[in-house]
Amino acid sequence: MLLIPCPNCGSRDETEFHYGGQAHVAYPENPAGLNDREWAEYLFYRDNTKGAFAERWLHSTGCRQWFNMLRDTVTYDIQAVYPMGTPRPATAKTNATDAGTASTAADSTTTGNAAPSTSSTSITASSTTAPEGATK
Amino acid sequence: MANTAAINRINGLRDIRRSPASHLAAALAAGSIQGTVVLKEGPFQTMAGVRVDPRSEEGARIAAVAGSLPARYGDVGGTDRVIILWLGPSEFLVVAPEEAHDSLGGDLIGSLVAALGDAPGQVVDLSANRTTFELSGPRARATLEKGCALDLHPRSFTVGTALSTEIGNIPVVLQKTGEESFRLLPRASFADFLGRWLLDAMREFASPEVP
Repeated sequence: MLLIPCPNCGSRDETEFHYGGQAHVAYPENPAGLNDREWAEYLFYRDNTKGAFAERWLHSTGCRQWFNMLRDTVTYDIQAVYPMGTPRPATAKTNATDAGTASTAADSTTTGNAAPSTSSTSITASSTTAPEGATK
Repeated sequence: MANTAAINRINGLRDIRRSPASHLAAALAAGSIQGTVVLKEGPFQTMAGVRVDPRSEEGARIAAVAGSLPARYGDVGGTDRVIILWLGPSEFLVVAPEEAHDSLGGDLIGSLVAALGDAPGQVVDLSANRTTFELSGPRARATLEKGCALDLHPRSFTVGTALSTEIGNIPVVLQKTGEESFRLLPRASFADFLGRWLLDAMREFASPEVP
């Protein structure tokens, strides 16, 4: 069970939340101009990142507010919680000490690249504390 | 305050109103253990859902009618008769005695609507949306802890606070009204389930404690 730090309500159980999928998927500038392939990619194609992944969450049985969360898909370490509409914070936090549990990481909205960066280079050697077998 | 004239004004409908867990009244009485843990359904309440920006001018007008709006999760605002529960940063639940309802001679809903005016937000009469369970006794906290993941220890969950959470896997607003008494506000459709769930959770306390 994840312990998710809701920005409004504090740490709550994962069962109080609903998952909203990948964050920072921008609506197309000109939807009518897309061909079927591009429209399908906007609707259905999502990253399957190994490592830090920006995703949307809804605290459905608490404050009923959406927020963004940066979560490591390998260790489940919650690296940042930040408001909707703000750019994704940098994934510089590479602490191996509290990996694997929910942490009330400071929501660093000060820095960050504006583009919905989904580069897989966010995994550094020191951040991968994946158990053996998870990498296979 | 609930004068008979006001009740007559709604054509006797008040007399046939049944609370969502009224069919459990006998079971709640039988399942309660006096001096250990007691569960009963509370009286009807007048409730209004309010969505307003608390920092705005209309938020101040709402606060002037119903009492101060709670600022953050856990806080309970209002006055001694009307309480305001925090549901979200701009969402509140105003809870008042039944006779505060406009159809029974009160003016709560109407005055809230008037206070909001044309400003962005909403005031909705939710009096039938939720029911209240009153759980009290030395083992009330132990009963709730079987299905609530929050820290309910008095050092963390203090008297006079309320939290919106899950109890027995259903959404509930949990208010701590005294050192050993809690008020639970489930939605009406969950009242039967929560009542039976609490009865089941209380049952072990009827038996002598096994050392």
